[in-house]
Amino acid sequence: MCGIVGLFLKDESLQPRLGGMLTDMLVTMSDRGPDSAGIAVYRRDREGTKITVQSADPNTDFAGLAEALGVEIQVVDTHAILCMPSHIVAAVLAKIAADHPGLRIMSRGEAIEIYKEVGMPQTVADRFAIPNLSGSHGIGHTRMATESAVTTLGAHPFSTGADQCLVHNGSLSNHNRLRRALARKGTHVQTQNDTEVAAAYLTHRMEQGDNLGEALEAGLDDLDGFYTFVVGTKDGFGVLRDPIACKPAVLAETDQYVAFGSEYRALVNLPGIDAAKVWEPEPATVYFWSH
Amino acid sequence: MQTLDLEKDTLRDVNATLQSQGAQTNQTTWEIINPKGAHAIACGLDAGIEVTVKGSTGYYCAGMNKSAMVRVKGSVGPGVCENMMSGKVVVEGDASQYAGATGHGGLLVIKGNASSRCGISMKGIDIVVHRNIGHMSAFMAQSGTLVVCGDAGDALGDSIYEAQLFVRGSVKSLGADCIEKEMRPEHIEKLAALLAEAESEADPSEFRRYGSARKLYNFDIDNAGAY
Repeated sequence: MCGIVGLFLKDESLQPRLGGMLTDMLVTMSDRGPDSAGIAVYRRDREGTKITVQSADPNTDFAGLAEALGVEIQVVDTHAILCMPSHIVAAVLAKIAADHPGLRIMSRGEAIEIYKEVGMPQTVADRFAIPNLSGSHGIGHTRMATESAVTTLGAHPFSTGADQCLVHNGSLSNHNRLRRALARKGTHVQTQNDTEVAAAYLTHRMEQGDNLGEALEAGLDDLDGFYTFVVGTKDGFGVLRDPIACKPAVLAETDQYVAFGSEYRALVNLPGIDAAKVWEPEPATVYFWSH
Repeated sequence: MQTLDLEKDTLRDVNATLQSQGAQTNQTTWEIINPKGAHAIACGLDAGIEVTVKGSTGYYCAGMNKSAMVRVKGSVGPGVCENMMSGKVVVEGDASQYAGATGHGGLLVIKGNASSRCGISMKGIDIVVHRNIGHMSAFMAQSGTLVVCGDAGDALGDSIYEAQLFVRGSVKSLGADCIEKEMRPEHIEKLAALLAEAESEADPSEFRRYGSARKLYNFDIDNAGAY
């Protein structure tokens, strides 16, 4: 099954409540997937670039990390947000790869932070104090694993490019072939997970010059399987369902926000939902909003 | 009017209360408040009671209905009114996928849009949709009537048996073995009655009829090699 929620705020006054609203929505979707949960939050709270890293042994791996990498660090349980001027990002990533094998990169970008772990949505949200996070938009996912193991790295969202992330309800049947094809073109993924391949595919298309809408359109031809995708970029939020569209999806829009839920249940406590435009996104149709 | 509040009572209690109403009950009118998208509301009813759900529901609302009249003042999730035997279910808003699937009888009315697979494998139910329906609707529909006052999506009536389909707007494409058929006076008459019962003011003469070409489901000796 899997459960997806997403929230794209038009009204800036709601930004301090983003984490809280997303958490409530995701917790409502808990029974769609008990294996792991994750949230991507977009917030431009400082200049420069943020890299979110995760460690299975945070006490050891995060000790002295700020000095070793020459960055500011903010530790949240098993995750740490590394903040740095954008021009040193490549050097920091190279140092992490060379000297810090225990660190896993969750995301990098000017706005994105990703928090994900094995466990139920409420547990994961509490560990990372997600309800306290402000932001402009965010995506949450609770997973019922099918295509790869139940691990932190197998949890959604997947981020394969700066400020990009993807969550998925469904399963892809051609991900192995596509993974090999992307590897030949120099785009590599970290896991055996099908969704990560879809994320890498979109990143690759966008590196080739597509905008997100064009990349998603191309995915309709190249991605074989069942999917409802919700995608985040630095200032945008998109939704795509496969042409068969058996994975559920509900969108709601008001003057204040656009919200996505795998089920309407996820949306019922949003402000003004009774007067919102609520609809089921059409199959094989790209929906996209940006600031 | 009896009121059941899903903020106070569990879904199981609400459904059990409604299911325990016998044919002779004098509590014939019920409302359910605060549905908040919950699943399986008002399922398995088998008495001639009237139930109004005040808000939108999740999966499988009014499933397996027999005799009862259920009205949803909102939209419904996937699988509304699955396998209805008799009675009437009215959805004031939209319905998600496979509305009215496998229904044997009764009338399902959707005043908004129905998405994909509406009336899949219907076996005698009548379904009236005031607006549009999605792809693969009436797939393997065996009997009953599907009326669409708006447009139909791709592959309407794929592998259809003997259900009758009436569409007022466009049909994006017909599925395998589904063809347009002549509208005769008896069809107009049947359609007019259904539209009236479904609270629709659409003009029956504006509809076109579709049904089975009967080339697929009868065994044809020339196809023996294909099995």
